[in-house]
Amino acid sequence: MTQDIFSQFNPLEGKRFQVMDENGNISTDPTVAALRPAEVTDDFIKQAYEKMLFMKMADQKANNLQRTGRMGTYASIRGQEATQAGTALAMQRTDWLVPAFRELGVMWMHGVPMENMYVYWMGNEIGSLPPPDVNCIPISIAVGSQMLHAVGLGMGMKKKKETKVAVTFFGDGATSEGDFHEAMNCAGVFQPNTVFICQNNQWAISVPRSYQTKSVTIAQKAQAYGIPGIQVDGNDLIAMYVATKTAIDRARRGEGATLIEAYTYRLGDHTTSDDAKKYRDPAEVELWKPKDPMIRLQKYLAARNLWSQAYEDELVARYEKEIDVIVEKSQSVQYNPADIFDYTYAQLTPHLIEQRTEFLTRLEIQS
Amino acid sequence: MENPKLNIVEAVNLALKQEMERDPSILIFGEDVGKDGGVFRVTDKLQDQFGEGRVFDSPLGESGIAGMAIGLAMYGFKPVVEVQFDGFYQQMLDQMLQHAARMRNRSRGRYSVPMVVRVPSGGGIKALEHHSESIETYVAHTPGLKVVYPSTPYDAKGLLLAAIRDPDPVIFMEPKRLYRAIKQEVPLEDYIVPIGVANVLQEGTDLTVIAWGGMVREVQKVIATLPHLSIELIDLRTISPFDEPAILASVQKTGRLVIIQEAPKMFGPGSEIAALVAEKALYSLKAPIQRVAAPDITVPYLKAEHWYIPDVFQIEQAIQAAMV
Repeated sequence: MTQDIFSQFNPLEGKRFQVMDENGNISTDPTVAALRPAEVTDDFIKQAYEKMLFMKMADQKANNLQRTGRMGTYASIRGQEATQAGTALAMQRTDWLVPAFRELGVMWMHGVPMENMYVYWMGNEIGSLPPPDVNCIPISIAVGSQMLHAVGLGMGMKKKKETKVAVTFFGDGATSEGDFHEAMNCAGVFQPNTVFICQNNQWAISVPRSYQTKSVTIAQKAQAYGIPGIQVDGNDLIAMYVATKTAIDRARRGEGATLIEAYTYRLGDHTTSDDAKKYRDPAEVELWKPKDPMIRLQKYLAARNLWSQAYEDELVARYEKEIDVIVEKSQSVQYNPADIFDYTYAQLTPHLIEQRTEFLTRLEIQS
Repeated sequence: MENPKLNIVEAVNLALKQEMERDPSILIFGEDVGKDGGVFRVTDKLQDQFGEGRVFDSPLGESGIAGMAIGLAMYGFKPVVEVQFDGFYQQMLDQMLQHAARMRNRSRGRYSVPMVVRVPSGGGIKALEHHSESIETYVAHTPGLKVVYPSTPYDAKGLLLAAIRDPDPVIFMEPKRLYRAIKQEVPLEDYIVPIGVANVLQEGTDLTVIAWGGMVREVQKVIATLPHLSIELIDLRTISPFDEPAILASVQKTGRLVIIQEAPKMFGPGSEIAALVAEKALYSLKAPIQRVAAPDITVPYLKAEHWYIPDVFQIEQAIQAAMV
């Protein structure tokens, strides 16, 4: 049964869960085959590929917007599309997402409009106001600090005897933060409806994974906290879906938290303010390029006559148009000056009323 | 039923108990707050009454306590957490400053963090290092937080109820040295002391003294020795947002101001009050403002603590200086 995935792929035994290899071949290992759920059909995979293509293009567009001065600093998800799509597909709409800052894809698939995300990265907080039926906490810039919120949310879900789950994302660098330890420790003690997804993309700006921890894997750390942990090929959509679905179902049943280490690679720079060529051996990037999550899906689908260059071109043309519309809409969102005061407290305090009036008066004089 | 005479520990305990009976969303957690009832016994017997689901011990980690409380608060609970001692607030400062205080603004009103952090505060009990700190300056300098600091059992209950019912995160400072020092009649019925409203403990015309927390009682001791002076004593009660109209009205009446602050002198609430008076009531002043505060040094260990915390001698000197 899928329950056994965590014992069958024990990180301390050097195992990494993979269903589809970089050539698009499905594992013939009977253990792996038994774990693949019925809903993962070719159509499921094709639809996921289309979502991943869209997020890849939206990500590229965000980079371009920054380069042309229309967006602030942006953190690219390039190379991590499968990690994010696989998790998003395993979540339900009513689940809560607690992201770090390299989660454009999973946030979008969970229901945060791409327009919101662009508005956010363009520097307007209003982008972090999701639609009423979408539960996504705003992007957390302070590395590793948001995992505890997912523990608290998961505790709340459990206390209310609900079957919702809080899913939180963070990077390999975040595992060096004290709050990672506190979050994992409290998750072990309180057994919340929480799933931890570590996007181990091998780099925290310029510092490689090996400098963050002496542990061979990040997944094995879970065992010290008394919760299951598994290392998954984060560039393998199906493996990510299966592992996170298992962890989410487990949390939904009230059985507690799980740590998933998505073993992936940051193909781009840390952010648009970074130049990875300064510290990263280009040969390493070349080694990872064939493992690109998009390429293996193309190979898989092509082998079943579900992908062709013409199909790709048609999708790209369609998505380009859609993204252009989104860019236009996000650029037209105005910043309401009074907003910088109005959400500090539920009600403005007397001194803020005074400062707000001074501010608005000044703007009027200056305009 | 007759109103009981309670000390601050008992008044806070009563407020927690009554509010938990009223509001099932309240959760109490922190270090040793369960079976032990907290190291000061403020949460005594609450676990017996409300069960481990609502009153529970957390692992020993302040950042974790605050971070979990933030998640729970966003999910509709009302966490009232305890920091065991003031000095350990700094281990949760990151979560409070980066997230609790900012979530409403960051999400443009979608998510908020209505939680209360109870902090046994200040010195005067001859405790260890990190157990005698006055953190009001740190917390009051964080937009999005509110900071209250009662000095009486009556205010402790009323301000705690106001803090719990407030839609924003509130730091509730409890003066350790006064925990069991004074008893006062505390109404059993429901009442609040509103956040942001100072209390004129004693009206006067010669001079205004502003104090809060553990310093209020020291000022009262001094006033009792100066019957020839008509002193107006203001207990600030809320550090942020403080009661500007009450301060200005009093200074405009008396023309003299003395500020007593247990926290280190520079950049503290006392500095802010002095600046306010300089901005908005300078011409009412008949004498320079006097400030008594701890020096800007590390809190000394228990053998030297009494040199550090403002004492009655310094307070009297400051009052005399303001009267020249």
